[in-house]
Order: sequence, then C-alpha cells, then structure tokens
Amino acid sequence: MSWLDWVSAILGCLGGFFVLVGGIGALRMPDLYTRMHASSLTDTLGSMLILGALMLQGGASLETLKLCAIAIFLLFTSPVSAYALGNAAWLSGHRPLEWDPEREQDVAP
Amino acid sequence: MARTLILLFALAGTWLVWSGLYKPLLFGLGVLSVALTYWLCLRMGLLRREVFALDLVPRLLGFWASLVVDIVRSNLVVARIVLTPSLPISPTLVQLEPSLKGQVGRATLANSITLTPSTVTLDAHEGVFLVHCLTRDSACEIRDSDIGRRLRNALGDR
Repeated sequence: MSWLDWVSAILGCLGGFFVLVGGIGALRMPDLYTRMHASSLTDTLGSMLILGALMLQGGASLETLKLCAIAIFLLFTSPVSAYALGNAAWLSGHRPLEWDPEREQDVAP
Repeated sequence: MARTLILLFALAGTWLVWSGLYKPLLFGLGVLSVALTYWLCLRMGLLRREVFALDLVPRLLGFWASLVVDIVRSNLVVARIVLTPSLPISPTLVQLEPSLKGQVGRATLANSITLTPSTVTLDAHEGVFLVHCLTRDSACEIRDSDIGRRLRNALGDR
C-alpha cells in the first residue's frame, strides 16, 4: 500500500466513525429535533470524509471530479431537506422538548 | 445576459463531467438537455437577480472556508455529547434577526446554520429565524456568532 492508500483508509475509517456516531445519536436522542442534530453528523463530516477517501482512490480522473460534484450537491441539498423536515414538524404543531434549568432535565413545554 | 451565460456554462460543464463520453450523439443530447434545463430555469424565474446565486460563488469561497472550520468543530462537540453516557443535552429555541436583506443571503445563512451540527433552522419566515439548538452553549454561541456579519461582508445586499 502506498502512503496515499493509507491516508485514504484513515479518512474512510474516520468517516465511518462519524456515520456510526450519527446513527447512535439518532437512537439515543429523545425527540425529533434533537435527533436531527445527530443525523447532521452523518450528513456533514461522515459523508465528506468518505467522499474524500474515495477521491484519493480515484486519483486525478473524471471520477474524482464527479465525487467532488456529489460532495458539493450534498452540502446544498442536505440542509434544505433538514429544513423541510424541521419546518414541517414545527408548522404542524410539534413542539421540541425544552431544557428547564430548575429541574435539570428535559421537559415538554 | 451575463446570468444566462453563467448558467449555460455551468449546465454544459455539468453535462460534460457526468457523461465522460465525447461522441457526436452525446454532444447532441447534451445540447438538448442544456436547452431544456435553461428553459425550465427561465420558466421558474430562477434567472431573476434576487434569486440567482451562481455568480456569487467566487465571493462565497472565503465564507465557505470559515464555515468548514465551524462544521468540523461542532461535529466533534456533538459526537462527544452523543458518546457521553449521561447525554448532556439542553435543547433551546433561539430567535435570530439577521441583518441580511437579500434572499440569497438569507437562504445561505439558514442553510449554513442547519449544516452546522447542534443548530437547525426550523423557520425562516419574514426575516426572523427560529433556530433549535442542542445545548444551551450552542444557543449562546449562535446568538453571539458573527456568521451573519461574515456573510454580509461577502454578499453585500444580495
């Protein structure tokens, strides 16, 4: 393995770690809005690190350019879909858990 | 006119990268799909100055670089919260009134806030942003953040 393969393997493993943590977070968080925060780990660093690892495997080629384009499109579309989800939940009257400093725990408002 | 040219170049470039095969038939299909997409954009009013954003890409490069730093930092913060057994979250709603007036600027700001883990824009209606934050710290951070000012410096009145 050349050093480029090693860098790519490390980036891929780090990306996989963030995707895993995003998944664990989506299961552990208490309500929809907090789950969205966990899943944005998967959307941002997770996917970017994995795409970066694949770009290093692609080298200077058309595939790398396509992966670049996929990364850019993901960075534009994932916040828009997150907004659509969060806004739909908010407008339909779903209220987030809010932190109550006196009770030191999450309570529904 | 400049906007038309920029859009046509971007569409043609996308087609060339996607296809990767340079034969006359595929060039013909490419010209057809660029023309069709251009017509659709025109019909959807995407070429109006208020909503057209492709010409702003060079001005946004610096802002995006600073956003990447924010994103990496808050990814690490949220990953640590998720992996902490006690799950130390304190969800908070914050209202922001960005000083940006343009539609492109506001959309970019709302998307940037959502893209950063630990803050999600829930509503961006009539100039007031409703932002859901995972912890009280992240709420304070987004309230005092200079992200809106950085974006206004980059975009001006757009």
